[in-house]
Amino acid sequence: MATDVGSTTTKARFFKRMENGEWRFVVAGEAPTTVEAPYEDVTLGVRNAVREVEELIGHKIMASDGTGILVPFDGNEGVDLYCTTSSAGGGLQMMVAGLIKIMTAESANRAALGAGAIVMDVMAHNDGRQTYQKIKRIRSLRPDMILLAGGTDGGASARVVEMAELIKAAEPKARLGESYMLPLVFAGNKALHPRIEKLLSNSFALTVVDNIRPVLEIENTEPARIAIHELFMEHVMSHAPGYNKLMKWTDIDIMPTPAGEGLAMQLIAKAYGKNVIGVGLGGATTNVYSIFEGKFVRSVSANLGMSYSITNVMKSAGIRNISRWLPFKLDEEEVADRLMNKMIRPTTIPQTLEDLVIEHAVAREALRLGLQHHKTIATRLKGVQLQRTISDMFEQQLAETYIDMIRIDIIAGTGGLLSHAPWRTQSLLVLTDAFQPEGVTWLFQDSVFMMPHLGVLSTVYPEAAWQIFDKDCLVRVGTVVAPRGVAKEGEDVMDVVLEMPNGETINEKLKFGEMKRIELAERQEAKATMTPDKAFDIGNGPGHKAEKIVMGGVVGVVLDARGRPLQLPEEENSRKELLLKWFKAMELYPIDELKELL
Amino acid sequence: MVSEEAYAYTPGLKVKLSTIIQKIRRLPIPGEVLVSEGDKVDYADVVARTQIRGDPEIVKAAMLLSVDPEDLPGHMVKRVGDSVVKGELLAKYSSFFGLIKKNVPSPLDGTVEAISDVTGQVVVRGSPVPVEVNAYVPGRVAKVLPREGAIIETNAAFIQGIFGIGGEAHGKIRIAVDSLEESLTEDRITSEDKGKVLVGRSWVTIGALLKGVEVGASCIVVGGIKHGDLTKFIGEEVGVAITGEEEAGLTLIITEGFGKMKMSRQTFNLLERFEGYVASVNGATQIRAGVLRPEVIIPHSEHFEEVLGDELVAGMIPGTSVRVIRHPYFGALGRVLGLPIELQQIQTRSKVRVVEVELEDGRVVVVPRANVEIIEE
Repeated sequence: MATDVGSTTTKARFFKRMENGEWRFVVAGEAPTTVEAPYEDVTLGVRNAVREVEELIGHKIMASDGTGILVPFDGNEGVDLYCTTSSAGGGLQMMVAGLIKIMTAESANRAALGAGAIVMDVMAHNDGRQTYQKIKRIRSLRPDMILLAGGTDGGASARVVEMAELIKAAEPKARLGESYMLPLVFAGNKALHPRIEKLLSNSFALTVVDNIRPVLEIENTEPARIAIHELFMEHVMSHAPGYNKLMKWTDIDIMPTPAGEGLAMQLIAKAYGKNVIGVGLGGATTNVYSIFEGKFVRSVSANLGMSYSITNVMKSAGIRNISRWLPFKLDEEEVADRLMNKMIRPTTIPQTLEDLVIEHAVAREALRLGLQHHKTIATRLKGVQLQRTISDMFEQQLAETYIDMIRIDIIAGTGGLLSHAPWRTQSLLVLTDAFQPEGVTWLFQDSVFMMPHLGVLSTVYPEAAWQIFDKDCLVRVGTVVAPRGVAKEGEDVMDVVLEMPNGETINEKLKFGEMKRIELAERQEAKATMTPDKAFDIGNGPGHKAEKIVMGGVVGVVLDARGRPLQLPEEENSRKELLLKWFKAMELYPIDELKELL
Repeated sequence: MVSEEAYAYTPGLKVKLSTIIQKIRRLPIPGEVLVSEGDKVDYADVVARTQIRGDPEIVKAAMLLSVDPEDLPGHMVKRVGDSVVKGELLAKYSSFFGLIKKNVPSPLDGTVEAISDVTGQVVVRGSPVPVEVNAYVPGRVAKVLPREGAIIETNAAFIQGIFGIGGEAHGKIRIAVDSLEESLTEDRITSEDKGKVLVGRSWVTIGALLKGVEVGASCIVVGGIKHGDLTKFIGEEVGVAITGEEEAGLTLIITEGFGKMKMSRQTFNLLERFEGYVASVNGATQIRAGVLRPEVIIPHSEHFEEVLGDELVAGMIPGTSVRVIRHPYFGALGRVLGLPIELQQIQTRSKVRVVEVELEDGRVVVVPRANVEIIEE
């Protein structure tokens, strides 16, 4: 039994080993989260969700006196393991600080995000703010925890102590009450440990760990991440309503939901041995994960979401960027009013096709901004001397991020809008338009929200978690084949030969601006031989032929010759015409009803 | 057990003629409570007060004196715990028989909190800042929360809005429009509206909001506002719905939503009935955690037959009054005709649980259950 105590809903998932020895997902139960008044006890919501599961499977899981989950399964009642993730009451909110903004502060930010935190502020000696401004900011934040880094081992010291003195002087208060000491993790210059202990141990629940940047060339986030998880349990969770009880029910530590989701994304990367971008598009936040050549990075855009923060997507992206995805004419003010109305009534759902298309337009922008933000976190280590080759000399500058979309093999999505899209083609195109995958990219989706559950389960039973993940959680949506490059409309882009599993060969000639969809069922594969025009790159360099396996799925194979970067005309009528052409090619919406809106 | 279905629709906003309101008035940190149980209080009466520790200021003393940080303690004039006033010497340095002199004055009134021989910094803590909490509503102290504040109880009419801007205020209610359809425009507001709570029937224009600020109105309560006008009024787009701290010049409460919305008849009738009464208002809205909605509280001593049914507790049943809260019937009021059990396909091709509603204009429509809210009468 695994649960996720979300900000609005508590979701229980029941897994079982079948007679053939295989682990499968069996049933789900859901109930409103009870973290807020008048309940203020999360175990009530957990109990309600688990009770739904009990009713469906027909055996008892909860102790009759309500004292917890019955463990182990005795043949009639109980379960063998209970674990949970949690993001209720705002999740884990942290402030991080370092010495230099693009070095230790950036590493500290990555460590906190990787641990599943929402980072409220990143403070650095050189962040451009005056001391009084930093103090004012710290006093206004109410974090759950602080991570302080700074200096390499044996390196800078006085400036790091200055930052520690500043934090101490500001007297930050813990979010969940005045009554306990705010946890602070120090992961900076190890030569400073005695000084930091003397300075901070009376004012904070201080934990000192190995340096996050022992030398400039190495980033070591693991000790800080482990400390954050321990403190999250010991200090933060134990002060949240009902968590003291819930902690006693669980067999393993409660994990922040994004940390569970991140583990699930890592499972995909590990199972396929590929580079992965994962995304959780929620009601309040957008989490983006990347596993690129084994390096795991998470980013969270705390106010980019599809319900509570839908208007913040509009504010950040601009209403014009949302409207550019609409194939019909609708006054921008009308769109803005509708989004404001969704924000104040976040549980409503689109009833009309027009409203659905608007929500998909917003989702594209939330995801685009989320990935843009992620790229600012997934960067090479700065402050490190780079070995530059002759070819680098001709480049204007090295890209800040190491995420190269042509080398991303898999994109996986989860979250309400993507899972509830009436037709799966819609989530595929929303993800494709937002992330603009290049080359050959497989797309996956969460079936019924259970990635966090399987992530936390994988910490103790990795094999069982993967079996369930593979069979019941991951929906194969399909493969997008999209060469990098641009041309004029109608010019040649690429020839594709698909050797289908039934022995048939499909030949496609793609012109610029075109999209084609070819059916290839889930768990089937085809061999694709792609010959791009000299202006286009499919993975082996411009004009070079490539052979790859394409994965089938509920949508199939999508051949996308719309250009990378995607070319959307400025002129309104031609843009709308083109959108409609793409939507038609993808059978994205009921086309007759869409035409009525034009 | 609370079933999921019972939560499938939004519990409606409250509109009540007469109810007992209890307001918790709490200090941000512990302090002194100034009232006792049973005391009568008025709007502006202070019920509790405390002092928040002052802001610290960090002075780079060693750098200013051009001495090494470890030598700073020898140059300090003040010690940890000493009080200082702005301009008073914290540290000084002199050499060459007093020919070279450097002084470090305190940048503010306060206390020396720390002197660091590692960084050469001195922390001066500013004087404490007093914080008070008033009663907000006139009434009786129902309970004292030791060191925290008090609960004030009053008999009042109560209206919850859907979205607001600005914090607590109070003022006399005046209905500022004549007809059902009329929007609240600037020509409807005069200098006599200073301190008043102005009620419009339909939406409000940006001109009216600015006129309201100009004449010093306390609050404007209307059905709707256009997104663009709200942005102009507060100077930025609303991103996340956490409001109440804006300093826009008046409190604004929207009862229905964004766009050209009409206030529900029931809400308007209630406000009209209490024209001339003093209302306490608060625009603070927080949609995510805890769901805080803006409110209009009209204390009165009249007693009405309670018309509140048990519908909400029972959930939605045929006959329940509802409001549609999503396009294409946004804002329409009606009564539940039927609640089909089977999922039904809607235009988006999603299969969802629906409700059949007879709208006020006689039309019978089918909408997702997630898109209606119960009207609490």
